[in-house]
Amino acid sequence: MINYVIWRILQMIPILLGVTLIVFVLLRVSGDPVLLMLGEDAQPEQIEALRLALGLNKPLYQQYLMYMADLLTGDFGNSLRYNGQPALQVVLERLPATASLAATGLLFAVVISLPAGIVAALKQHRMADHIASSFSILGQAMPNFWLGIMLILIFAVTLGWFPVSGSDKPLSVVLPGLTLGSGLAAMLTRMLRSSLLEVMQQDYIRTARAKGLSQSTIIVRHALRNAALSYLTVIGLEASALMAGAVVTEQVFAWPGIGLLAIQAINSRDMAVVQTIVILSSVIVMSMNLIVDILYSVVDPRIQHG
Amino acid sequence: MSAKAETASPVLFVKNLSTSFRMQDGRFHKIVKDVSFDVGPRETVALVGESGSGKSVTALSIMRLLAASNSRVEGSIQLGGTELLALPEAKMQAVRGNEIAMIFQEPMTSLNPVLPIGSQIAEVLTRHRAMSQSAAHAETIRLLEKVRIPEARSRFAEYPHRLSGGMRQRVMIAMALACRPKLLIADEPTTALDVTIQAQTLALIKALQDEDGMSVLFITHDMGVVAEIADRTVVMFKGEAVEVGRTEDIFNQPRHPYSRTLLSSVPKLGSMTGVPEPMRLPVFETSRENAETVPKARRSKPGADQPLLSVRNLTTRFDIRSGLLRRVSGRVHAVENVSFDIMPGETLSLVGESGCGKSTTGRSVTRLVEPTSGEIRLVGTDIMELNGRALRAMRRNVQMIFQDPFASLDPRTTVGAAVAEPILTHELETGPHVKERVADLLRRVGLGPDVAGRYPHEFSGGQRQRICIARALALDPKLIVADEAVSALDVSIKAQVMNLLLDLQETLGLAYLFISHDMAVVERVSHRVAVMYLGEIVEIGPRSAVFENPQHPYTRKLIAAVPIPDPARRGVKRPLLSDEIRSPVRPTGYEPAIRVYREVSPGHFVQQWGEEWGNAA
Repeated sequence: MINYVIWRILQMIPILLGVTLIVFVLLRVSGDPVLLMLGEDAQPEQIEALRLALGLNKPLYQQYLMYMADLLTGDFGNSLRYNGQPALQVVLERLPATASLAATGLLFAVVISLPAGIVAALKQHRMADHIASSFSILGQAMPNFWLGIMLILIFAVTLGWFPVSGSDKPLSVVLPGLTLGSGLAAMLTRMLRSSLLEVMQQDYIRTARAKGLSQSTIIVRHALRNAALSYLTVIGLEASALMAGAVVTEQVFAWPGIGLLAIQAINSRDMAVVQTIVILSSVIVMSMNLIVDILYSVVDPRIQHG
Repeated sequence: MSAKAETASPVLFVKNLSTSFRMQDGRFHKIVKDVSFDVGPRETVALVGESGSGKSVTALSIMRLLAASNSRVEGSIQLGGTELLALPEAKMQAVRGNEIAMIFQEPMTSLNPVLPIGSQIAEVLTRHRAMSQSAAHAETIRLLEKVRIPEARSRFAEYPHRLSGGMRQRVMIAMALACRPKLLIADEPTTALDVTIQAQTLALIKALQDEDGMSVLFITHDMGVVAEIADRTVVMFKGEAVEVGRTEDIFNQPRHPYSRTLLSSVPKLGSMTGVPEPMRLPVFETSRENAETVPKARRSKPGADQPLLSVRNLTTRFDIRSGLLRRVSGRVHAVENVSFDIMPGETLSLVGESGCGKSTTGRSVTRLVEPTSGEIRLVGTDIMELNGRALRAMRRNVQMIFQDPFASLDPRTTVGAAVAEPILTHELETGPHVKERVADLLRRVGLGPDVAGRYPHEFSGGQRQRICIARALALDPKLIVADEAVSALDVSIKAQVMNLLLDLQETLGLAYLFISHDMAVVERVSHRVAVMYLGEIVEIGPRSAVFENPQHPYTRKLIAAVPIPDPARRGVKRPLLSDEIRSPVRPTGYEPAIRVYREVSPGHFVQQWGEEWGNAA
């Protein structure tokens, strides 16, 4: 198991190299940060001086190698926008907000999908199933930004139950969390329904029934854990969607996380910050996948890593 | 039967049981029709029939395990006087696993893979006996010991995938016996097990039945098993109980024509003693109930001196990799130093239990699996030297038929296209000739040319196997590797397909490498037999020599374990063994022992065995 985790962490290195390379090149071919920083009416000498100071006059591969050398010492570069603060510090300051938003989204997704999926599977082709299935299709079809705006309109503006935006009140996280988690909840509900339906056809469920166990014991003890594998798979796959969703959701709710920061940084060509966000996000997504893979072997003793 | 019921009040009393299922047209169709029988105290009653005869549905009806939404059970099922069909579901739950317990065919899938076996057994005790966790734990260990699972205490926390099929079936039995039920329903409990493990399991069920004094309803398709264990037998055919009676009576004087033909189409081990050549089986046609064909001896003559296939020192090993660097940590010695010849027109059978390497040998010979070393000569050409085009051309001479006729045909390809494919690939025929050839092949295997446009799902298992045979014949092969080709088929269908294979051998001069675990089938079809154990051939020789004068302890054990379909020969009580089939996985660097063979009689060789077999000789 330890070997497996080490192996998986080693595998992350080439992926991260690829990520830095792609981000680095894309950012540099998509526009000139110096022009953006100095404005349209800057003098050519000014531009040249700043370019020299930032090392932007060197060939691209040299810039990349210098950047990588700095990365290895923990230097992610300095933000152009936030008074030259270290980019890593700028991003890390915003990370807890996004983490709590994503955790809330995941929590909502699980809390909604677990009962909905079970009910849909047990009452297959009946009213409860149709209701749960309709809602899950709706949940997947609705874009995040639209759902967010609707939730604000109904629950914050009209009913006044929750804050409209920001993150300063305890209940602030509810609406953005719900917005972020809705798509995942929908997908998880459908996945749990179909895998439970499949599990309930298995021979060992027939054995459990032949033992005289009640329906609820059969579901909780015998069926759910077997169905959990595909459920976990979806969570692992959707970890990146959660990160991507955070960008939109934070924008809608003015949530001060790295999603909002990313948009601001891209708009102002704050390259160091964008690169840091992308690298950190990929580390987070890969870690989520690793955790899910480890959970597999906890849920199903047949899966052994090593 | 009713007279019997009056003398000793039966444990289970089934009267006019009819079970219907809602089909796709929305209407209910009767699957079990008006079935009546009873099971007395301490009695074993066998429900016997082929697939689709309704025997499992009968059992599930008794347990009321069929989904209420699309099934209907009518009639009367009484357990110790209580009408089960009238019980509300909650009351029925208290009966299941408590008064009636059930074990199923597939030990591999009948246990929950994510729960330790101990807690799966203990669960029954806490459910029905209101035991505390610790009391249930202690009782579970006692039960595991009772079903003779070695080191029961340490097995409590083991997960099902760590146990072999035989051990899992023991766990199922322990689970079923936990509450000392009045009735045990065993639905094909030994069908998926190897023959030596089957013998152990049957002996165990019998011993436990005596200890606990329970009644057993035993469902099986295997007449040998019926003869071995059942006091009385119910023969089922197309949902009806066509004959009910004492097992001896049914075997000695079957009254219903179906019982008669069912019994006569079973290959009986030992029935070929003194017969020199493979022999056809009498066949029962379900459409014409009285049509029996007289068996006639085959006159296929393996005459030529030059072997068609000559295998020398064939070894196939598979690496097991593990650890950070995926280093080889062990090897499966699937086939180890195997040598044999097959003459033109001859059938050599490879027989042995699961994991013995018989299928890998078949695949290695055709190089579907790449052998590690050895020499395979087909009509003088060394196959191991061939590659690419030459290898494909060679494969024309050797074709395969597999066990599962459902999985070995593409469901989206018509039968005609499936049979035509090898012809087109090898460019044997072109244009309209292809169609003629396909029609001819289908006719040869007993199907009309008009089936060419239909899809596999429209055919039964036996018909599909005929299609697979037609496809194998398409290239005019000299050798057919038949890997468990009749194992998945029902008794009467099995006999038909075996006969077809024998007929084709005679008319086309085919040679077969016949791979099977079924000793009785092997005895029927083979000229020569090789017994495999842990990747090696332990005994090889003419069929009559191996079966009538077995030398190696493993051959003897294998033959002794086969249930004989004759109640009069019901064996003396076998010792309750719990030894398992050993694994061919070895550490890296393992050097297989150098084997020496002794010639018993002309062509009959036996491997010299060592300490591990004791003084079994």
